[in-house]
Amino acid sequence: MSGGMALFIVVALGAIGWIVARARATRMQAEAGRLATHSLPGQHGWYVALWTVLPALAFLAVWASVTPALVLDSVLNTPVAQKLPADDFTRSAILGEARALASGARSVAFNPQSLTLVEPFRAAILRYSGLGALLAIILAFAGGAYALSRVRPAFTARKRVEKLVMWLLLGASLIAIITTAGIVASLLFESLRFFSMVNPLDFLFGLKWSPQSAAMGYGTRDAFGAVPLFWGTIFIGAIIAMLVAIPLGLMSAIYLTQYARPQVRRWMKPMLEVLAGVPTVVYGYFAALTIAPALRNVASTLGISGASSESALAAGLVMGVMIIPFISSMADDSIAAVPQSMRDGSLAMGATTSETIRRVLIPAALPGVVGGVLLAVSRAIGETMIVVMAAGLAANLTLNPFASVTTVTTQMVQLLTGDQEFDSAKTLAAFALGLVLFVVTLLLNIVALRVVKKYREAYE
Amino acid sequence: MTITATQLNPGRRTIAPTAWRDDTMRRRIARRYAAERRFKLLGLAAVLLSAGFLAFLLITMIGNGARGFTRTEIALPIDFQHSVIMIDPATLQSPAAQQALANANLPAVIDTAANTAFGEGGARMISPGAQIAVRKAILADPTVLNGTATITVPASEGIDVAAKGHGDAANEAAVNRLKQAGALSTGFNLRFLTASDGTDPTLVGIWGALKGSLITMGITLALSFPIGVLAALYLEEYAPRNRWTDLVEVSINNLAAVPSIIFGLLGLAIFLNLMHLPRSAPLVGGMTLALMTMPVIVIAGRNAIKAVPPSIRNAALGIGASPVQVVFHHVLPLALPGILTGTIIGMARALGETAPLLMIGMRAFVASPPGGITDPASVLPVQIFLWSDEVGRGFIEKTSAAIIVLLLFLLTMNSLAIYLRNKFEKKW
Repeated sequence: MSGGMALFIVVALGAIGWIVARARATRMQAEAGRLATHSLPGQHGWYVALWTVLPALAFLAVWASVTPALVLDSVLNTPVAQKLPADDFTRSAILGEARALASGARSVAFNPQSLTLVEPFRAAILRYSGLGALLAIILAFAGGAYALSRVRPAFTARKRVEKLVMWLLLGASLIAIITTAGIVASLLFESLRFFSMVNPLDFLFGLKWSPQSAAMGYGTRDAFGAVPLFWGTIFIGAIIAMLVAIPLGLMSAIYLTQYARPQVRRWMKPMLEVLAGVPTVVYGYFAALTIAPALRNVASTLGISGASSESALAAGLVMGVMIIPFISSMADDSIAAVPQSMRDGSLAMGATTSETIRRVLIPAALPGVVGGVLLAVSRAIGETMIVVMAAGLAANLTLNPFASVTTVTTQMVQLLTGDQEFDSAKTLAAFALGLVLFVVTLLLNIVALRVVKKYREAYE
Repeated sequence: MTITATQLNPGRRTIAPTAWRDDTMRRRIARRYAAERRFKLLGLAAVLLSAGFLAFLLITMIGNGARGFTRTEIALPIDFQHSVIMIDPATLQSPAAQQALANANLPAVIDTAANTAFGEGGARMISPGAQIAVRKAILADPTVLNGTATITVPASEGIDVAAKGHGDAANEAAVNRLKQAGALSTGFNLRFLTASDGTDPTLVGIWGALKGSLITMGITLALSFPIGVLAALYLEEYAPRNRWTDLVEVSINNLAAVPSIIFGLLGLAIFLNLMHLPRSAPLVGGMTLALMTMPVIVIAGRNAIKAVPPSIRNAALGIGASPVQVVFHHVLPLALPGILTGTIIGMARALGETAPLLMIGMRAFVASPPGGITDPASVLPVQIFLWSDEVGRGFIEKTSAAIIVLLLFLLTMNSLAIYLRNKFEKKW
């Protein structure tokens, strides 16, 4: 009997328990009277169902984790297994193959000896999974019977079920903390391993990035200087993209909130938001296919040297467009938060609308806008697909926007795809880069939220 | 302190602030109004530029991608009677017909026929997928084997691209020859919607990637929706104000802002290296994306729950409902449309996500649709990324066509979210 079957039977037993308990509680309620019973029939039903299912499920989970060892043990005790070679490597290879054959995961044997072990494996697996299923079903019956015996008018089934529900809710909310801890732990752990091979100072301040040469055995000293990557990231995400996104986003927000007629606003605002909903891989493809070749042609007609078909400008431009709705909605919010009285005061003094916007609204909304820009920068430097597809792989320290630069995220993708031995400095470098990225985006977000919050409080 | 006109405009002739007819004043007002118009136009230009970029992007994609849904077909006359075909018409009625056709040496038959019909090099005009069409034709009507039959087969990549106007000179000439012979036609590329990844652009399809995406999204939804909703309920309705609750809130807000590639690193380190789950599987992809989507659902869920007025809770408590009953019988149903809207938006984001999936190895060449949650699979955005690396012109239109399909899905999901919001949103 397979685990899935046992699972199904346990859940079915739970459903039966629910029905039986509910029927019994309904009868009981009719006999004892509504006011004499503590809980509703359905709540008794849930109590019994949970007692039926949960212990059995917990047992099945534990069983599933210990069975492989038990199966292996019993197979090794069979006479056939005595003929296995003593060499550990071949031995475990044969055992693994036999197990895969027995469970049907594979159909062809590489080593003929594993065929002799298939039968013992199959028998052991059958024995233990059957035993587990039987025990689980007995456990389900026992739990259900125990809970069913407690269906009494005064029994507080509701409180007990609700207590479990509360634990469930608490558990769900703890997943967020676990995830954060998981991210921090995995980044820190792998980064520490990386920094045991590469000096952190060389990594943070080194000017030469060529992980390939480290992989080929030229040593790690000059291979992992990440400054060119940091520069490329800042150049694309914080400079070029923002030069596009801030003016366009801010002016769009101003026009749509201050000048546009309501009908225009109703159509244009969602349209701008579509820009944020386009997947980044589409932007990346667009940048690589359309924008980058066009920019290279422009550069070569202008006679700019070092123009590459994978330019920082193409990636930055497209990323800027992606960020426009982000900036625009942040600016929108902070302009809307400026008190009407300030606007009215300025207009009453005879200022034109644009003078009011430039001299009153924007200065008053500036902290909010700055916070929005910081959030946008954190978004832009963590963006991956656009730079992977449109920016290059050459780690250049250059100011020429038509040249190819590489970024932190591009290199992370580059380092972790292809061959993966998990102990090489090359692979672990991706985690160190990830740690830097995580810390920087976290700081940017904290600062941005603090700026926005502080400013909001000032006007409320 | 009073400010005079002189102080505002030092070095200018002093005029009274109400001297509206004065020339200086008129000029100044004209200048200010011009600035006002310029500013307004600048704003309009910004909006139009942004919208124009979107339009440019969509038009480029549709222009390139529309051709990906069609294919060029060639009417190929095949003389079965005098060909090298090795098949016994009797077997075609038996269940072994497919096997018999697979052994019938059809590619050689097709190559010979093409070379005979279109001169030397004719074989290169026919897609490797032609034998599928020929097989189908033979199965449909075994009598074709007794003579010469004209079968419509897909053209090769070079001919296909040239017929759509992007080919090189040699292929252009071949297309012209075929056109004069009247052998060229255009048909709907059904294979694009039903096949998986491949090496020849005339044979690839998106069904494998689409199925991978659907399975992955199913896992993401099954994990992130219950956890997200329960966490939102807990934080909004029950959580005591203490340090733990603050920690949970800070983590959720941070997770919502963490770059998606970091989630990929988490998936790689925990799910693959620690838990040894299979690489490139929808299971791992779905779990990784679920961690990414969960904060979005929690935040949207909390806002929706917050919008349910306290009077409803008080009324339910007042007639004797327990706190759990209040939430599950009253608050949750009322907040559900808002939560669903947030969920759909989160799922749309997850559907378009590529970077974390690259980290967990979902970039392998997968030539068949996944059968289960642990099979190697590709997803639509990753398929787009992989095809974008191919050099052939034939892949450009396939990539754009896949992008159109992806955008259609996202558009549908977002429209659904907007519809739900408009239909069920209540103003209390």
